[in-house]
Amino acid sequence: MKPVIELRQVHRDFQVGDQVVHALDDVNLKIATGDYLSIMGPSGSGKSTLLNLIGLLDRASSGQYILDGRDVTSLSDGEQAVIRNRSIGFVFQAFHLVPRLTAAENVELPLMLAGMPLHERRSRVAKSLEALHLADRAQHKPDQLSGGQRQRVAIARATIMEPAVLLADEPTGNLDHRSGMDVVEILETLNARGITLIVVTHDAELGRRARRRLHMLDGRIHVEQGATV
Amino acid sequence: MRLRAGDVLHFAWGALHGYPSRALLMLLAMSIGVASVVMLTALGEGARLYVQGEFASLGSNLLIVIPGRSETAGFNPSTLMGETPRDLTLEDAAALRRSHLVRRVSPLNIGSAEISRQGRVRDTVIMGGTAELLQIRHWRIAQGRFLPAGRWNRARPVAVIGRHVKEELFGAEPAVGQWLRIGDRRFRVIGVLESEGRSIGVDVQDVAIIPAASAQQLFNTRSLFRILVESRSRAAIAPTRKFIVDTLQTRHQGVKDVTVITQDAVLATFDRILGALTYAVGGIAAISLMVAGILIMNVMLVAVSQRTAEIGLLKALGADRREILGLFVGEALLLSSLGAMAGLLLGEAGALILRQSFPELPAHAPLWAVLASLTVALVTGVLFSLLPARRAANLDPVAALSGR
Repeated sequence: MKPVIELRQVHRDFQVGDQVVHALDDVNLKIATGDYLSIMGPSGSGKSTLLNLIGLLDRASSGQYILDGRDVTSLSDGEQAVIRNRSIGFVFQAFHLVPRLTAAENVELPLMLAGMPLHERRSRVAKSLEALHLADRAQHKPDQLSGGQRQRVAIARATIMEPAVLLADEPTGNLDHRSGMDVVEILETLNARGITLIVVTHDAELGRRARRRLHMLDGRIHVEQGATV
Repeated sequence: MRLRAGDVLHFAWGALHGYPSRALLMLLAMSIGVASVVMLTALGEGARLYVQGEFASLGSNLLIVIPGRSETAGFNPSTLMGETPRDLTLEDAAALRRSHLVRRVSPLNIGSAEISRQGRVRDTVIMGGTAELLQIRHWRIAQGRFLPAGRWNRARPVAVIGRHVKEELFGAEPAVGQWLRIGDRRFRVIGVLESEGRSIGVDVQDVAIIPAASAQQLFNTRSLFRILVESRSRAAIAPTRKFIVDTLQTRHQGVKDVTVITQDAVLATFDRILGALTYAVGGIAAISLMVAGILIMNVMLVAVSQRTAEIGLLKALGADRREILGLFVGEALLLSSLGAMAGLLLGEAGALILRQSFPELPAHAPLWAVLASLTVALVTGVLFSLLPARRAANLDPVAALSGR
């Protein structure tokens, strides 16, 4: 099967003082469409850098990144923004909901950035909130929602554009165990429907659930378990 | 940019709502700036129109002949001799009537004298003139009549008095036909002036007008203070001026020793001065708009650092640099246009209050000032938001999302 994500000899170096830190050191990775992948490792191992790079929030210092058969390594800021908007969904540990906007307005943001007409947006947002059992919370502000509800709003937002890839950075990190499990189940359901799911986590229990598991150390993929679909 | 303009405004509106005190402060600054431009230029314009109106009441085809020359033209023996200029005389004034260009002429003497009747005494400005002074000055008579026409060198003992003079000397009694004393001479009151207002800095209600020859006797002089000449038309002003200068040069043995000023020139000078004043106060007020712009920049910079995570998020959701720029500039534009509109209303209200408190001052802000202040408000709003908006657009999304 053709990989949706392919990284070839990717390096990401940071200059810290007069020292160069190799956050990613010669990473080669293929991720197939519909894969469920977890990336684990200690702090500073480069797992978040890898996720940011896949999410086009960061650029490789060298190497190649092919997304959906297209070399996206050297695309302009505007072109990358379009890809982030259409093909990639982000779920963050800190939810990152805009506090002054309602749940529905938060979910609507990617559609607004895509320039979609208002009436179309409203119906899509309503459907998406319905699917995540948030219909009665649509007009609530984030501070009126529980942690689990907030993360579900964030998931609705990440999936509203029906992206190919969903990136989750410690999605349960700020949640109690039960809400965390809810969120994980939602993510896995989405994966079962075909979305490529990549989860970065400290949590070994969460990491073990993925079919494919990467352990990172010092910017390299240290151990890889599980098989590509 | 795929973002819709309506969405930018809606988003900006939401952002302003999210931080109301900040938004209100910026609105206040912007509206004070615009309001001060509108009000101050209205004031300047009002003053200009007021002066214009005052001059128009004097008559616009007026030429004023002043003894002495304010500029030197070529070699003149009198400059060498240190000679004082020749006086203007009644004969000089009479000579100026001999032209079809001239409609009316009146010699003018001004002095101050004690005026009394039955023990009531007051110091009064005495004007010496002739019958035509009434029309030249656009005055009106309330009771009786003005100075009689006839030979100018006859010093008749008659006087026309202003309303205040009449009230103070005669009270409610009729004044016409009564005698009063000016200096050590007796005059019979033949008329009372109706007019109000000022003329060459003198309130016409406070004067007494007597024939020019009588005034010369009273002040013991042969010379005149001014000669007032009214030309036939506006177009005749320039040839009239030449005629006056030539005639008086001939009469004064070839020496150009008079200055002729036209009403037009004086008006134009005032116009220039007050116009410049309007620009100046407008400019000073525009500085407050700049200050408002700097405040907007400051507040937007704070907004950018407060909303770093939001900016990072928008980038992750697919906003590119230009869209972030657009969102923040849109916010500043919304703020400054709301502020400008509030300021315009405030300024116009201020001008209205000015007009109602001082009805003689037509304080209307000129259109250019209104347009300029609105433009400057919007342009400063956008310009000063560019720096913060660029800072937002260039934020690294990874760092922004992690709150660094």
